Amino acid sequence: MTVIVDARGLSCPQPVILAQNAIASGDYPIEVMVDTVTSRENVRRMAEKQGCKVEIIQQGDEFKLVLAK
Amino acid sequence: MRDRLTKFFASRWGIVLVGAIIGILGPLLQKLGNPPNMGICVACFERDIAGALGLHRANVVQYIRPEIIGFVLGSTIAALTFREFKARAGSAPIVRFVLGAFAMIGALAFLGCPWRANFRLAGGDLNAIPGLIGLIIGIGIGVWFLRSGYSLGRSQKTYPAVGWIFPILMIGLLLLLVFRPVFGEGAPIFFSEKGPGSLHAPVLVSLGIGLLIGFLAQRTRFCTMGAVRDVILMRDVHLLSGLLALLAAAFATNLVLGQFKLGYAGQPIAHSNLLWNVLGMVLAGLAYALAGGCPGRQLFLSGEGDGDSAVFVLGMITGAAFAHNFSLAAKADTVADGVVQMGGLTPFGMTAVVLGIVVCLTIGFTMRQKTA
Repeated sequence: MTVIVDARGLSCPQPVILAQNAIASGDYPIEVMVDTVTSRENVRRMAEKQGCKVEIIQQGDEFKLVLAK
Repeated sequence: MRDRLTKFFASRWGIVLVGAIIGILGPLLQKLGNPPNMGICVACFERDIAGALGLHRANVVQYIRPEIIGFVLGSTIAALTFREFKARAGSAPIVRFVLGAFAMIGALAFLGCPWRANFRLAGGDLNAIPGLIGLIIGIGIGVWFLRSGYSLGRSQKTYPAVGWIFPILMIGLLLLLVFRPVFGEGAPIFFSEKGPGSLHAPVLVSLGIGLLIGFLAQRTRFCTMGAVRDVILMRDVHLLSGLLALLAAAFATNLVLGQFKLGYAGQPIAHSNLLWNVLGMVLAGLAYALAGGCPGRQLFLSGEGDGDSAVFVLGMITGAAFAHNFSLAAKADTVADGVVQMGGLTPFGMTAVVLGIVVCLTIGFTMRQKTA
């Protein structure tokens, strides 16, 4: 089942921490919702470092990152 | 083209290049007139603005610093160009105001923001080292709070006009700088005739460099607090590589320009009181970490429409006014007849730093969301 992390409106580095916690729990895929390019890039960088495949989907002026192993 | 630039700025080389550019421009601004070892100091410069507006009356630190205006407006230009301007606000603004005020009180106990701590070190001022150690401790405490669920809650998307308020305030400051109105006898706008406030590069140079740095920093998310935080939090050295590039480039530029002077005592606009250099920056670092950005980053965020960061900046400016009105800011070492007179904090200043740390710890402990 998809794990959903809604990190919209949260300031740096909380989106990264929430995504990290989700990765640590080990269930995939993970969908991380963010609303700034900064958060998008920070989450992407962290997830790629953890060995995840990251797909970025733009939704209006927000972003959904789909993390998979 | 735009996407490729965005990718480059997000890369390791992007942040290193921007760090190095800031590192060169800081000492260059000193050469062109800015105060020694203070090429760019966000905290000091906001304090000077508070003084120019008459919010405090320390007549040696009053000037409307164009660099600050440039940082915000440069960031606005970058955000508009790359379609990242986004008005948002509403994440515990009163807490951000308080954090900003105490961040400034901490910074003025050390005499500098993290940018200046690095510029001071690059100029040979070894007092920067206890300051930086304090900064790391403060940020470390902040990371512990972040890990245990600290959050100021979500901001909300809002009317574009909200995001424009702070950039427009900066344009207002620029007009005050250009036209220099005097609002009455002995009334603002004040411009220092002696002391650090009287030392400044030509207005257009300062403004131009500010705009450039604001633009580049918005693109790369350059943040001195984030640099340390990301290493502690997730062993990520991305932002740190930018900060180290700044330090190295500033060091090299100071050597070339003959501005390097190694030592502890009698350094320009600095004091050599070890304990309060550390504790001042513990307070500042903790406040930056809890607010999510160093003073520079808060300006860049304000420029791209973040109303909460703008409140933090206003808190800093208010904190600067209190710091000088209540004699909380540190006195610099002075050299008279070859004898160094050690500066430091008044008992009021020491009390304020301790109070600030207690307030920040209370914020950290009481504003945690239950993690599932």
